[in-house]
Amino acid sequence: MYPQIFIQLEKIVGKKSVLRTPEDLAVYSYDGTFEEHNPDVVVLPETTEQVSQIVKLAAKGRIPIVTRGMASGLAAASVPFSGGIALVMTRMDKLIELDLENAIVHVEAGFVTADLQTLVEKHNLFYPPDPSSIRHSTIGGNIACNAGGPRCLKYGVTGDYVLGLTVVLADGQILKTGGKVIKDVVGYDLKSLFTGSEGTLGIITEALLKLIARPKYARTALIEFSSVEDASQTVNAILLAGIVPATSELMDQTAINCIEEAMHLGLPTDVAAFLLIESDGVELETTTREIEEIAKICEQNGATKISLAKDESERANLWKARRSISPSLARLAPNKLGEDITVPRSAIPEAVKRLKAISAKYGLPIVIFGHAGDGNLHPNILFNKRDPDQMKTVELMVAEEFEVALALGGTLSGEHGVGTLKRPYMERALGEVSVGIQMKIKQVLDPLNILNPGKVLPDYME
Amino acid sequence: MPFDNKIIIPNENEYLNCIRCGLCLAVCPTYREYKNETDSPRGRVALARKSLEDELLLSTNLVEQMYSCLACLACNDICPAGIKPADIAMEMRHVAEQVKPIPWKNTLFGKLINNPDKMELTTWPLRVYQNLGLRWLVHTLRINKLFPKQLRDLENMLPRQPKQPLRQELPLISRATNQSKYRVGFFLGCAQSLMFSEESAATVRVLNRNGCTVITPKETVCCGTPAAGYGRQDLVIEHAKLNIELFGKEELDVIVTDCATCGSKLKEYAEILEGDPNWAERAKTFSSKIRDVSEFLVSIPLEKPQGKFKARITYHDPCHLKRAQKIWNEPRELLQMIDGVEYVELPEADWCCGSAGSQLITHYETSTRVLDRKMENLKSTGAEIITSGCPGCQMQLMTGIQRSGLNVKVMHPIQLLDQAYNAKEKED
Repeated sequence: MYPQIFIQLEKIVGKKSVLRTPEDLAVYSYDGTFEEHNPDVVVLPETTEQVSQIVKLAAKGRIPIVTRGMASGLAAASVPFSGGIALVMTRMDKLIELDLENAIVHVEAGFVTADLQTLVEKHNLFYPPDPSSIRHSTIGGNIACNAGGPRCLKYGVTGDYVLGLTVVLADGQILKTGGKVIKDVVGYDLKSLFTGSEGTLGIITEALLKLIARPKYARTALIEFSSVEDASQTVNAILLAGIVPATSELMDQTAINCIEEAMHLGLPTDVAAFLLIESDGVELETTTREIEEIAKICEQNGATKISLAKDESERANLWKARRSISPSLARLAPNKLGEDITVPRSAIPEAVKRLKAISAKYGLPIVIFGHAGDGNLHPNILFNKRDPDQMKTVELMVAEEFEVALALGGTLSGEHGVGTLKRPYMERALGEVSVGIQMKIKQVLDPLNILNPGKVLPDYME
Repeated sequence: MPFDNKIIIPNENEYLNCIRCGLCLAVCPTYREYKNETDSPRGRVALARKSLEDELLLSTNLVEQMYSCLACLACNDICPAGIKPADIAMEMRHVAEQVKPIPWKNTLFGKLINNPDKMELTTWPLRVYQNLGLRWLVHTLRINKLFPKQLRDLENMLPRQPKQPLRQELPLISRATNQSKYRVGFFLGCAQSLMFSEESAATVRVLNRNGCTVITPKETVCCGTPAAGYGRQDLVIEHAKLNIELFGKEELDVIVTDCATCGSKLKEYAEILEGDPNWAERAKTFSSKIRDVSEFLVSIPLEKPQGKFKARITYHDPCHLKRAQKIWNEPRELLQMIDGVEYVELPEADWCCGSAGSQLITHYETSTRVLDRKMENLKSTGAEIITSGCPGCQMQLMTGIQRSGLNVKVMHPIQLLDQAYNAKEKED
């Protein structure tokens, strides 16, 4: 990069918001994976207009721009492998409007998701998406990766709440798409195109989000099973009985042992599978009746023990466990590779069986947990990055995990995204036609290939 | 390995397991102010690792990132992988100091702070400034308005100075008011003696009243926190040995301190000296006897004060008490046993106040930004008094209150208890 670029960037955002010491570059080289690569410069804009000017500058100099929020991503989508500008959205963290009459919130991309929930809940409103990284991820990042979370089964994913977006396009134009309307069929649904595009099609700077009424009550149950099959069967039985729990989280024994070791929450560690089921609602009575009905169905389907959280602190403890699984894995091995393959719900027991077989075949542990209601599994391979043999083994194992998902009619990723980690499998997963169309879309929106190059889609520029 | 064998560096198990999930970003006061990864615990761990693995030089800027940490320990507490980013930042300061020692630190921590006589002599001008009415004059004539903003804030930080440091006034032995049930050693911290002598005098009175004969050795030296904060862990060891030796001379049931910071460091002596066969056992005994005054008082049958203290009161958790010592219920319990106290919980009570010892001097902008957040929360309580058992926090809170133009008094919880006891006596 030419030195005058730095001066021009400073002119746009101010000296304090352009970072380029070796230390700054080093800490913007990673995300929530083990991948890293330094950017050439770090820029922290504060307005959409500034982002637009930065993009224009980058387009002129053919400089890659890798957008990131708090970098908790698990697909290396925000690692700047091709150098260039690390565009950090965390300082665009303002609330633009909380429209109570229409139950819509308008925020900048860097707004922390958990803060948004706290804010709207004060007004008895609810923003449901709840990725595990809720306290350390931003709305912009959540939209760019179409983040999910445990509550998806009942409430849907991040994209289901996006009503409108402000996006800076690859030539610096500012696009406003969608608006404060729930129904809108005029033209193509561009906001859906940018949702989940991982910074490859445009830079999301603002979002209009739909809110719903806050469920005031939640009842939580932890149910033990002597087999994954029983647990999986139970979830299906609950749904067929006409009950949609807010969440139904599956934890395999390896996961429970892992949390217990790290957090000492007093969870039983000698059971094959756990379901953490929560029902929620606006009335205590119906919510309680629902969880009792769920308990009955669990019993009929071979549950060995059912514990209901008696109060808020017990409930919080159960959730604390679930949210900490992924980081707790670190206690068992220096590195972990967590995938999030998704299969049709009925295929969960078979998927778990096949994943265990992969672990046995290669000799590295796989810890399995996930969202049982929507078939989204999180197999985590534990390994040591410093051992080159193990690194090679992990690659083979991941490939086989993806094979399992695809063979059972599933998909590579339910909520983490593609980034670079799943990129080699794209064609196999989607087929030539779909990848071809997506590449054409990319070409139209980012003809110079400066927006997060080398992510999601196979290379095409060469 | 970029460093000489003799240099003490963090063990790789302390940082290799960082999975970079980013959870620590959510609770880090410096990250939440600047929203910049360089100011985050995850960033500091990454920088430490890269420097120890020879990927980055131990540059001035890298060391500065270790000094920008407030050491509030919030990241240590939340990390599910068991990484302690705040500890790593401290250890890296030590590494830097070993590689390239800074001479004034030796003078300050090695020759001044470890000598109570010299400390008292050096702080004499402050006592003169206040007690001869100079401070009154400065404020009345509004001379302080001419000070630069930072100096004005620092001036506000000064509590009312005692005429005499408490060390010179407290007797070696103060007997229990009635029957003596406990022999209690009192570790009178530097700041408590020099700045907050009224608080520690209250501590001794409350202990006496509750069956404690209090022994206050006069040759205590600084607990070592300031030296550790500036990368001189080697001097902490010296301080530790002097204090252990001193209190070892007395037969004591417990050793009490009313300074959160001292308490946290004294409890750490066991760990600091565990590798030294000559000292390990004695250090372990010493640390096992250390109690924060609130911790000790709620553990004994405590006289309920009959007097009243009518005020709306809140409480700020010192990091060195809540996170370093896991003490948060005890001070609240003490406050709520006083009749007339209308206790109101401070939102984000355990969010760092930004003091971190001397951060207001060394990192003025960060310190005041973190402080302003605390003041917003304080304002929302409508409290007349904010209590906190830490001299660093108290000074910082005083500065914040002045800066924000609030009318709130800062006190140590023990003072309220003491006054409630005395109120009874007056009624009698």
